[in-house]
Amino acid sequence: MDTRFYHSVHLKKDLCNGCINCIKRCPTEAIRVRDGKAIIAGEFCIDCGECIRICSHHAKISRRDRPDILGRYKYTVALPAPSLYSQFNHLEDINIVLTALILLGFNDVYEVAAAAELVSEESRKYVADHPENWPFISTACPSVVRLIRVRFPNLIEHLLPINPPVEVAARLARREAVKKTGLPPDKIGVIFLSPCPSKVTYARSPLGNAHSDIDGVLAIQDIYPILLPLMKEAEKSPMDLARAGRIGVGWGGSGGEAAGMITSSYLAADGIENVIRVLEDLEDEKFSDLNFIELNACNGGCVGGVLTVENPYVAKAKLKQLNQYLPVSMTHKTPDIDNTDLYWTEPVEYLPVFRLGNSMMESLAMLNKVNRLCQKFPGLDCGSCGAPTCKALAEDIVRGNATQNDCIYVLKNHIHKLMDNANTLANNIFIGGDNAKEYIYILKQYITQLSSDISLLDASLNPSSGQEDGDGQEAD
Amino acid sequence: MDGSLMTLHYDVSPTDFTRAGEASSDVKNKLKQLGVSPQVIRKVAIAMYEGEINMVIHAQGGHITVDILPTMIRMELKDVGPGIEDVERAMQAGYSTAPDNIRSLGFGAGMGLPNMKKYSDTMQIDTVLGVGTTVTMTVDL
Ligand SMILES: Nc1ncnc2c1ncn2[C@@H]1O[C@H](COP(=O)(O)OP(=O)(O)OP(=O)(O)O)[C@@H](O)[C@H]1O
Ligand code: SF4
Ligand code: SF4
Ligand SMILES: [Mg+2]
Repeated sequence: MDTRFYHSVHLKKDLCNGCINCIKRCPTEAIRVRDGKAIIAGEFCIDCGECIRICSHHAKISRRDRPDILGRYKYTVALPAPSLYSQFNHLEDINIVLTALILLGFNDVYEVAAAAELVSEESRKYVADHPENWPFISTACPSVVRLIRVRFPNLIEHLLPINPPVEVAARLARREAVKKTGLPPDKIGVIFLSPCPSKVTYARSPLGNAHSDIDGVLAIQDIYPILLPLMKEAEKSPMDLARAGRIGVGWGGSGGEAAGMITSSYLAADGIENVIRVLEDLEDEKFSDLNFIELNACNGGCVGGVLTVENPYVAKAKLKQLNQYLPVSMTHKTPDIDNTDLYWTEPVEYLPVFRLGNSMMESLAMLNKVNRLCQKFPGLDCGSCGAPTCKALAEDIVRGNATQNDCIYVLKNHIHKLMDNANTLANNIFIGGDNAKEYIYILKQYITQLSSDISLLDASLNPSSGQEDGDGQEAD
Repeated sequence: MDGSLMTLHYDVSPTDFTRAGEASSDVKNKLKQLGVSPQVIRKVAIAMYEGEINMVIHAQGGHITVDILPTMIRMELKDVGPGIEDVERAMQAGYSTAPDNIRSLGFGAGMGLPNMKKYSDTMQIDTVLGVGTTVTMTVDL
């Protein structure tokens, strides 16, 4: 399998009714509706989860593992994302959540927030040492890295080549578990509790590394209801498991990573549309004097991940409240690590998926055709054709993935023209003449053509309700 | 123009700051679709954006024509603004006549023209006081 395009976000076909809401929302225009069902183009998708958020039919879902994955390993370590802590009301002690994870069946926990503090520390050094590549763009949100990879080739050199905290946590957790248990590394299951599909994808197909050390990914959404009653239990005698401070836990909300950089010349943007705007401006070098840029695909940062349960802004407030009980940082509690754990080992390379043809000449011809087609379409961006904009339909046609008649306005005009011709013909027959029989034959042909056009129109207005099963949650 | 493989036209609206940059952004996306190298895209985008902003700030908007030629991208930014009195001086880094209200928007560092020169491979300014300015830049493919 080409893991470059592995995706956690996918369609549950039987639930999709072809409403076209998601095609409009996708930031890379990766989705089309064909034959009444949404299709995601793998090379464009960045697994940001926007389509999951918008689909009120719950037809878009994220692959992830089920809790029974714990049974597959002799010893398991939970890696809770900092955003997990923001999901609970009145939480004052992180140890309650961590203890509840042990009660749930994990043998140990390793906070991603603890690794985040190491990443913050290393990032500060790296950024200070490399002013030639300022501003650095944070690489903790995999969707942002994927977006840059396909759309912002000139910004690749600004990517901070440091592993995301979850990766560092996974490595440290496995090493610690091996040491504690004496088990071989592959008997240990390192399981991430994720706020988003983006990180499910990361675990399977990381950027910056050939492999990830994360063995499985559970959705915060799925374990939340299991965790709640266990927290009641854990509250009675919480174990001392926490090893992260304010800097690490702060990574759960937007601005948190930047705060850990301890610099004032940073910018933090959240929400995929805002992220794109910042990247566009960055590409045109509109910012000067910044040395760090934090970008999160989700509103509010990871607390707004689509696999969480709490409203992102409420979650962010809760995180802030919780943080006031924490020491600034607890890096003294984490072991020394070396650079191989912290730094990327594989370069991220530009994937020019938006390129139209194979050569510049071919692309030019195609782009010319796109421009001509656009003039034919009404420019309403109505989405009836299954593409998000008229321009996107034109590009699909030029790429050979759609036809002009997919536009209901083009089709409608065609029908009018046929009607007019048929009418003229009928008049001729009425007036009479020698060729009446021939005319009637042609008229019949027009009528056939008309009815086939009308059934095309039908098809695009009343998408068939296909009954195939989509795939649901998956273990791998 | 002769030999052009594709010509793109943009009207630059006179006073609308929120729309400044639309033309360069569109060109950027088109060049990506054509598979033009990232280095060339970067040069074109930066040079053209600066020129576009100048047309909004210092002139009353105008018209941009971009030609994609076999060996280069050619941009012609034409306005009917006040013209530039002393081109040599305008080209100096740090020289700006931008008024305070414009500076408060973050423009007026006097770096636009120098950057256009830096990022393009050739640049020519034709300007007549009271008539207008045409800046022509090329970036080699
Ligand atoms: N199209 C134009 N029409 C008239 N005057 C211009 C034009 N472009 C530039 N100038 C003059 O040249 C000066 C220098 O331009 P330049 O783009 O280098 O700096 P700026 O626009 O003032 O500031 P910055 O580009 O850094 O925001 C301007 O202040 C203005 O007086
Ligand atoms: S997947 Fe997209 S097209 Fe299908 S129902 Fe959901 S929003 Fe509508
Ligand atoms: S912002 Fe955080 S939660 Fe959202 S996609 Fe990125 S990593 Fe996932
Ligand atoms: Mg300027």
